[in-house]
Amino acid sequence: MATIVSYTARPRRLLQALMLAFAVVIGVTAYGLVGLGRFGEVPEPLPGLAIGAVVVAIALQVAVMWRAPYADPVILPVVVLLNLLGIAMIESVHEANEVFGLRTSASADRQMLWTVLGVILCVGVIVTLRDHRRLRRYTWIFAVCGAVLLLMPLTPGIGSARNGSKIWIEIAGFSFQPAELAKIAFALFFAGYLVSRRDTLALAGPKVLGIHLPRWSDFGPILVAWAFAMAVLVLETDLGTSLMFFGLFVAMLYVATDRLSWLVIGAVMFLPPAVFVATQMTHVQTRITCWLDPLSSENFSACEQINQGLFGLANGGIAGTGLGEGRPDVVPHAESDYIFASFAEEMGMVGAFALLMLYLLLVQRAIRAAVGISDGFGTLLAAGLGFTLALQVFVVVGGVTRVIPLTGLTLPFLAAGGSSLVCNWIIVGILVRLSDAARRPAARQVPSGAPAPGPRTTQEVAS
Amino acid sequence: MNKPLRHVWLVVSVLFVLLFTSTTYFQVIAQERLNENPHNSRAIYNEYGRPRGPIVVDGSAIARSQESDDNYGYLRTYDPEPMYAPVTGYYSVVYGFTGIERSLNDTLSGEADELFYERVSAVLSGREATGAEVELTLDAEAQEAAWDALDGRRGSVVALDPETGAVLAMVSSPSFDPNQLASHDQAAVAESWTALNEDPDRPLTNRAIGGDLYPPGSAFKLVVAAAALETGDYTAETEIPGPGTYELPNSSSVMTNHAAGGTEPCGPDDTSTLADALRQSCNTSFAMLGIDIGEEQLHATAEEFGFESSMEIPLSVTPSTMGQDLDDAQLAQTSIGQYETRVTPLQMAMVASATANDGVVMEPQLVQEVRTSDLSTIAELTPQEAGQPLTASNAAQMRQMMVGVVEDGTGTAAAIDGVEVGGKTGTAEWGEDRAPHAWYVGYAQQDDRKIAVAVVVEEGGYGSRTAAPIARDVMEAVI
Repeated sequence: MATIVSYTARPRRLLQALMLAFAVVIGVTAYGLVGLGRFGEVPEPLPGLAIGAVVVAIALQVAVMWRAPYADPVILPVVVLLNLLGIAMIESVHEANEVFGLRTSASADRQMLWTVLGVILCVGVIVTLRDHRRLRRYTWIFAVCGAVLLLMPLTPGIGSARNGSKIWIEIAGFSFQPAELAKIAFALFFAGYLVSRRDTLALAGPKVLGIHLPRWSDFGPILVAWAFAMAVLVLETDLGTSLMFFGLFVAMLYVATDRLSWLVIGAVMFLPPAVFVATQMTHVQTRITCWLDPLSSENFSACEQINQGLFGLANGGIAGTGLGEGRPDVVPHAESDYIFASFAEEMGMVGAFALLMLYLLLVQRAIRAAVGISDGFGTLLAAGLGFTLALQVFVVVGGVTRVIPLTGLTLPFLAAGGSSLVCNWIIVGILVRLSDAARRPAARQVPSGAPAPGPRTTQEVAS
Repeated sequence: MNKPLRHVWLVVSVLFVLLFTSTTYFQVIAQERLNENPHNSRAIYNEYGRPRGPIVVDGSAIARSQESDDNYGYLRTYDPEPMYAPVTGYYSVVYGFTGIERSLNDTLSGEADELFYERVSAVLSGREATGAEVELTLDAEAQEAAWDALDGRRGSVVALDPETGAVLAMVSSPSFDPNQLASHDQAAVAESWTALNEDPDRPLTNRAIGGDLYPPGSAFKLVVAAAALETGDYTAETEIPGPGTYELPNSSSVMTNHAAGGTEPCGPDDTSTLADALRQSCNTSFAMLGIDIGEEQLHATAEEFGFESSMEIPLSVTPSTMGQDLDDAQLAQTSIGQYETRVTPLQMAMVASATANDGVVMEPQLVQEVRTSDLSTIAELTPQEAGQPLTASNAAQMRQMMVGVVEDGTGTAAAIDGVEVGGKTGTAEWGEDRAPHAWYVGYAQQDDRKIAVAVVVEEGGYGSRTAAPIARDVMEAVI
């Protein structure tokens, strides 16, 4: 592989600390502004939130300095900022609901607790997972875990349906979306499986119509995984999750084998179930109608959520109404599925762009780690997780802004919801570990025959 | 594995470009269309969440926004309640808004283009953006005099400043309490709304400018007389025929010279001067005069007065009409303000104002000044000519004739000591077995102060008895 990547081996921990401080200041200020905007006074929980945010930032900083000193300095600040902005926005929606009484939504307190749990798990991953390659040992265990998690909502007794989708489980009063955890499990499974089979997948198969087809023994498990994701789509009517799994699967397969033609096959495979769902399930049919023509009078009430979201976007305009000064409460689920619309209303197009840039930055860091990492497993895992993140943002924001039909996914780190937040923090832990592996001097990929690492250059060449 | 990674990054970039594009589309390009969507309740919430500028008459606010402790943020209140309601209109969370509240909504809410810098400076200085203040041309005393004089009877009074077109009084009675509709208690609002709409007296109608068009009756003779003078063939002293009865051409109908079947001729030998005919309000004289000068001239003069054209003052005024393609019998009826002649009181006030302003009709206007919240003026009343139905000398002749009516004719009840008052009464028949509408149209002037007035009292009987005293009260308040 003719890749020469030379990284600065400087850990850049001070930079990370500064950026973390910056993220905390911005996030906590946003929370304060929400209270000022809505009630004209600094919210009572502000000092608590500020202390909590500082503690979280310090915990993350220490964990990274201790166990992942070469980790990418950008990832954690971006995530902390997104998380805090999410808390501010959830609080804004909650306060708007308090003031105007159109609906009810929980305050941001719960989200703060979930954040703490998520950060503990993230730190846990960073501290205990010293080498990501250890995860490769459990490839098949992850496959089973993912399958079980995905099937849990269909289990009588603990599964529960909301808004037409059976994607929740409820145990002892706590509800959870297992698909989020399944996402991690499947990413680990795909990475482990594909990295061990990628050569045989790509080369050892019959050639049909100029396209290399893989052997059944190699391709079988992938087909099973695909069929599984599709079954979930049909049985749980969860378009978003199945799209995410499918994207994860296709992206990782492509990265592993570099076979573009397979993407075409993949897309073709996705069509039959998608068409089946689109034509057979009223729940999905409504979503498609609302995607194409939500504003006409006959569709208006059926598409209330998407319409109110669009009105919210328009109300925000370029500069936004200001934090705590919009009316996000008019939109159903403004604190979870529709948090992007709430954010875009109060922060305007400028804020929405900034938000998208944060996600883009995060995805870019993940793919950067994928490029820099020396083992195939790590590359696949980082690319898969990064792409899933991008896809998830696309599916959510694209749904709100009518690029694609609306599906019930949550915006990572931002939307209210414990399962999504906690699982995404675990992913962040893994990403931090992967980026550390990518940037650690010993792991740098040195062209054979090259002299030992000399003076560090900041330039990188990828060809 | 770097090439596929680059492709993955490329796909991610494309996806995000799509998101940037769609976000821009809905937040910037389609913004206006979405904000104007009738289903968009946010527009309403935004409206009510902002203090609206007050509507001011003679320095005191008759409509203002007060902070409320509820969902909306601000409550619109009106004081005094019913007297100005037809002008201000109401501002309802349930039923939208009317009157000045509607016509000048952009100004009052602060959304008007002229207020752009005001908005920007509010944002920059952290002030709460407020709407602009609208000062009306109304004269509180004239308005009050008119309201009190109508005393709850169905009818309307309009007073104009003939020289500027400023509306000094605009009363429509019965009226309503706009506070009942502006309330945030939706159930109570709905109840008031139903009651107001079911009221047979239709209190929500602004009788001064629209909805209700009245036959002007004899008051229309002013227009006929003006048209006659404008032909050049007539002066105030021209002798015209005025028999006790007049059999309408090609018709079996007989017109009597006076209301309620009075058949006294207009003068000896069935003739009188034009001035005399107007003074006594002779029907046959004006019917024959109308036929003589013809529909074309009558239309031309009427249109110069403002007939057939819609006006925004800025309230929308229903155009007054006098019918088209009339045969002689219809023209005869039209000439005494019957048949298809239908007018607004505002239009009749404009007729009187032309005579008092040397023949020139000014655009009626209700807004004196628009001020920002820091009291800098952004718009002011600028008088504009609407038409010139009369030459200055003909206008002087008209005044002379109208003074005759008040001094020694049907309009004596409008006379004010020491003031030049001229006018014309009307008693307009409009339905079988219904009392006629009472009209008075005229002007008063003393030194530099002038006022033109039109009064209509529905089913008020004789204009000379019912409408003329009301006009006097209003004119006295101003002169």
